[in-house]
Formats: sequence, structure tokens, C-alpha cells
Amino acid sequence: MSSNLDNGEAVALGDLTCREFVDLVTDYLEDALDKQTRARFEDHLVDCPDCPVYLRQMEAIVGAAGLLREEDLSPEVRDVLLSRFRTWRNGG
Amino acid sequence: MSTNESQLAGSPSRQGPPDIESGLIAGLRRGEESAFETLLQRHHTSLVRLARVWVRDASAAEEVAQETWLAVVQGIHAFEGRSPLQSWIFGILANKAKRRGTRESRSRPFSAYDSDADRDDLRGMSPDRFVPPGEEWAGHWTYPLADEESCPERHVLAEEAGGFILRQIDELPGRYRSVMLLRDVHGLTADETCAILGISAANQRVILHRARTRLRITLEPYLREGANCVEQLG
Repeated sequence: MSSNLDNGEAVALGDLTCREFVDLVTDYLEDALDKQTRARFEDHLVDCPDCPVYLRQMEAIVGAAGLLREEDLSPEVRDVLLSRFRTWRNGG
Repeated sequence: MSTNESQLAGSPSRQGPPDIESGLIAGLRRGEESAFETLLQRHHTSLVRLARVWVRDASAAEEVAQETWLAVVQGIHAFEGRSPLQSWIFGILANKAKRRGTRESRSRPFSAYDSDADRDDLRGMSPDRFVPPGEEWAGHWTYPLADEESCPERHVLAEEAGGFILRQIDELPGRYRSVMLLRDVHGLTADETCAILGISAANQRVILHRARTRLRITLEPYLREGANCVEQLG
């Protein structure tokens, strides 16, 4: 892939720079790019050796955020809330 | 991978399958403590974390979360299920926390949420990561990101750097934090997030983009070096 950088093919990369690609990543993942920009984005993805890594890193980070575990509810807070619940459900 | 697939895989919703959710709603309507406790275990800590976006301190956030539960218990009979239960509960929390934040802001100069509109402290990638204009390959990476094999899987990243990621999210200015918590951590849709926060779709995307870009920048040492640098990330 890095041979792209020293032959004529690499000119295709110039249509969208990596810097522009980075700015468009979220709009791409949100499916918010217009058709033409999306095509340019995907062309860049094919031609560039680095930006596919960037996109995958972003997807991994977003995916990891969705797997985060909040701390467990403390037993004390749970007991307080459950005892309130008993009052609330009786219209208290 | 198509965009839709990656969105689905990237934002697993925290709410269970619809039949489990409707079971919880029915249980809560019948006043069943077990249904309420399940919801507490699922959402209470998240509610307190989200409330901190608007309110002054941890005890205020805890109170707002408790008021939210009262509203949930009282409102569950009228809940029509137009949005998922989780989204409805977060919406109640956000309204209560915003109101409380507004009250608090009378006694302090800025609300944390509004003031970051004036602070552009979430810059994107540093310009020196890219070849400067005028040079050959202007706008392209100045050095390779990493080789493809080194890109971590999401579950590995969550397991190894989860605590770090959560702390980084907590450090984001309020509106970035609220969008990232709702979208990426809790898996709400863009529409649900916009409705809860009262922002436009375009604004939501801009905020989300800046928050994700910031998170990636702080994780960069990990993305390059792997798990053995997580402790140093602090």
C-alpha cells in the first residue's frame, strides 16, 4: 500500500486529504454525508494506507464506550431507594 | 462493513429486548419491588453520572436521580412507550437536572453546561499531525498511524482501558459529556439524544465528533503501545 505514495495512483488520494477525512469520520458513521462526499470518503479509504486504521480505531473506541460498565449501585443507596419505593407505590 | 452495521455494533443499546422491557414496565405498574430494583441496578449510577453535567456536586446529582425515580414510579402508568424506557427515564433526569442547574446558577456565575459554549477547548487533531499546506502531500498524515494489526478490538479496549475511558469522559465539558454518555455509553439514538438535550441533529453530530476525536487523542498512547501503557495513562 505504501507504494501508493510514489506512483501516479497516489494522485487519487489528493481528492480528499487525510485531514479532511478525519473531520468527516463521525458524519460517515452517522450516515450523514451526502452521496458525493460519501463516495470521496470511501475512495480515500481504499487508497490511503493510514485512514482505514484511523476509522477502525474510532469504531473500536465508540464500541468500547458502549461496553463500559458503570460502578455497581451501592447496597446503601439501593436500600434507601427501595424503602422509598415502598412508600411511593402506596401513594406516599 | 457498512455504515449501518458499524453503527449497530458500535452502539449496543443498554436496554434489554422489548419483551423484557415490557415485563419491567408491567412489573413496575403492579408495584413490584423486583422490577424497580432491576431498573435501579441498570440505570441509577448512570443517572447520577449524567446529572453531574448540570448540577453542582455529587450529592445534588444523587438527589436529582432520586427525584427521577419518584417521577418514574408516578409516571409509569401514563408511559406510552413512544420511546424506549431508558430514553424516557434519561429524559426525566435531564429535565430535572437542567432545572436544578438553572437554580444553582443563580448563585454562581456560569452553569457548567452553558459556559462551554464559550470555550473552544475541544480542538481536534493537532495540525502538526498533517503535512502543512503548500508542501507535497499537504493534508496527509505526517507519520503512519499504526499498523493495522495493532488496532484493538472494542472489548479488549473496554476491558483494558475502560476505567481510563470513563474518567476521560467525565473530564469533558458538559455538553460533550452529555452527548457522549447518551450516544456512545448508553446507546441512545441520535434522535432520542437530540430530544433529551434539546439540540439540533447537526449540532449533536458536531458535539459527538469533537468528543470522540478528543477521546481518541487521549487514547493514542494506548493505541500505539497497547495495554502495558494503561497505568501510565492514569
